[in-house]
Amino acid sequence: MTAAKQLWLSLIGVNVLVVAGIAYSAFAPGASTKTMLLPGKTSHGHYQIEMRCDLCHTEGSGLREDACTSCHAEELRLAKDTHPSSKFNDPTNAELLSVLDATNCVTCHREHVDEQTLPMGLTMPSDYCYHCHQETLETRPSHAEFKFDSCATAGCHNYHDNRALYENFLLKHADEDDFLDEMVGLAREPMLVDSEKSLSATDADAPEEWSGTDFDAVNVLNDWASTAHASAGVNCSGCHLQTPSDETEADSKSDPVWNREVSVQMCGTCHPGQMETFFQGHHGMRLAAGLSAMTPGDARISMHVDAAHRQLDCNACHSGHRFDTEYASVDACLTCHADDHSQAFLTTSHYAAWQNEIAGTAPAGSGVSCATCHMPRVEDDDGNVWANHNQNDNLRPNEKMIRDVCMQCHGLGFSIDALADPQLIENCFAETPAVHVESIDLVKARFEERQRKKEARSKKK
Amino acid sequence: MFSRFTPNTFLFSLLCLLVATSTGCGGGANASATPSEPSEPGIPYKKFADAVHAVMMADRTVYASKVVTRLKKQEAPVEPSEYWEDEEHTIPLPAQMFRMGSELVFDNPEAGFTYALKSKWPLNEQNKPKSDLEITALDFIAENPTENFYGEEELGGEKYFVAAYADKAVAEACWSCHNDHPNRGDDYPEFVKDDVMGGVIVRVPMK
Repeated sequence: MTAAKQLWLSLIGVNVLVVAGIAYSAFAPGASTKTMLLPGKTSHGHYQIEMRCDLCHTEGSGLREDACTSCHAEELRLAKDTHPSSKFNDPTNAELLSVLDATNCVTCHREHVDEQTLPMGLTMPSDYCYHCHQETLETRPSHAEFKFDSCATAGCHNYHDNRALYENFLLKHADEDDFLDEMVGLAREPMLVDSEKSLSATDADAPEEWSGTDFDAVNVLNDWASTAHASAGVNCSGCHLQTPSDETEADSKSDPVWNREVSVQMCGTCHPGQMETFFQGHHGMRLAAGLSAMTPGDARISMHVDAAHRQLDCNACHSGHRFDTEYASVDACLTCHADDHSQAFLTTSHYAAWQNEIAGTAPAGSGVSCATCHMPRVEDDDGNVWANHNQNDNLRPNEKMIRDVCMQCHGLGFSIDALADPQLIENCFAETPAVHVESIDLVKARFEERQRKKEARSKKK
Repeated sequence: MFSRFTPNTFLFSLLCLLVATSTGCGGGANASATPSEPSEPGIPYKKFADAVHAVMMADRTVYASKVVTRLKKQEAPVEPSEYWEDEEHTIPLPAQMFRMGSELVFDNPEAGFTYALKSKWPLNEQNKPKSDLEITALDFIAENPTENFYGEEELGGEKYFVAAYADKAVAEACWSCHNDHPNRGDDYPEFVKDDVMGGVIVRVPMK
């Protein structure tokens, strides 16, 4: 073979490899080489699933119609979104929409434009309220000096979620003390033992080859026997005897097989709310997208180096076979999270209260753990109480935390001030707020003025 | 089997003949070279707007008189409240029920029309008239409470037929709540029975 021919073949070979690499990146879902096709750095909210272009894009890199709503619609519904796109369907909004198309999520939340991305994924100047609410400066004299970029950044208003910030709510809770007399939180429930179903270590139905007298096997059995699983009659087979994953139980053709691994989906069989919300948050969104589990090493916030390779599934925090919710509430978090806020928690009165609860010197539910704020217990329509496992659900904007978390123990004004104080957030609320948000003062003054005018009108009549 | 030709079917056929040449929003009334199938009669915009407004008012009246008033008469532990979403044992005000219905229609691309309750004296700034025609319409029905307003306008490149109907103070609870509402401005009217408090705007795209 001549040198020229060899050179040509080499060049063709290189080109084939390059084209193959690009084609693989473009068409293989979740291909790690997709990063070279990213048009820009992906935002904090979406970078974990950036390898699944197809979740948001159509073939040919168009935007899917349900790109945003497929994940965020329910969240907005629960937040009683104050600016749903349907609000702008009145044709008289045509002129306003030509300036700011509020019917389209990406008008305000563009992706892959890191250089212009503000907190909460906002990619337009933060004075956007101005376009539709200019009259506020006239109708609310108290607002005349306020700048439009402060509406949604000063702790007074949010674009979507105003459940804790609307006028009537502020007025109703205006005079609350910083610390409420009584906590109204939903405490962790004590383990209930169903004597008819309850199982002990001798009832375990695992295959013989799994049992043994070594330390690990005995420990596993004893751990399981001490849990709510055994108390509720959930035997080894309940989790480890599995239908092959590509078959539904109803359509099963193969016999179930014993498997030492237990998937998130298997846990979700009995804990559907926890699974669903776990998949929605930063801990589980990669698994939900069919990617490998999130690891602390992939995180953009500070994590402990020795935790870098931990796989985030149910067992990461609820290690088998104890599934210890006390451990999962604080220690599990601090095993990975190394940022200032997380580390400062151990110095706070919240943590002291948690230690007292664990020690039994304070009532159940009186302690405050990481999970109390970031995985608050919620009550569903059927009255079931369970922990919301989407730890990102109430983080941004942080006023989402006010009603379900802060106001379980604190007054509204104290809660608003605390969440508006960046120093306090960094030291994990170790002190009292040094920031004061005026919203409650303004509402009180406004309603008092209205009351005076109402009385004056009554006298005239 | 032959169907019976009743007076009703005769009247319907006559109506079809009459409206077949009208500009309609209800479907194709266009002439065809091969009239093998009878064309469906369209409904004139005005007639359509009047009809849907009649339904809206009927539903609203039933909610106010048969639900809200009945609960009040029975001294039921449930009462209408502006903040019904956040307060236990409350139900929406009739005007809120009306607005929620209009929002569902706004959100339904198959509906073929939109409607909204607007006022020159809105308690919520977002419910003030926004287009020139809406301002004209609300002025007209305020000055002519017994008449409806009809017109056409172009918004965002689309042409619309617009009908406006007076929304009057009929129940004491409505006007007293408005008169005492914290959002009322200093120049807010002191509404009394039968005053025009706003208008229902029905808008139909003219395609």
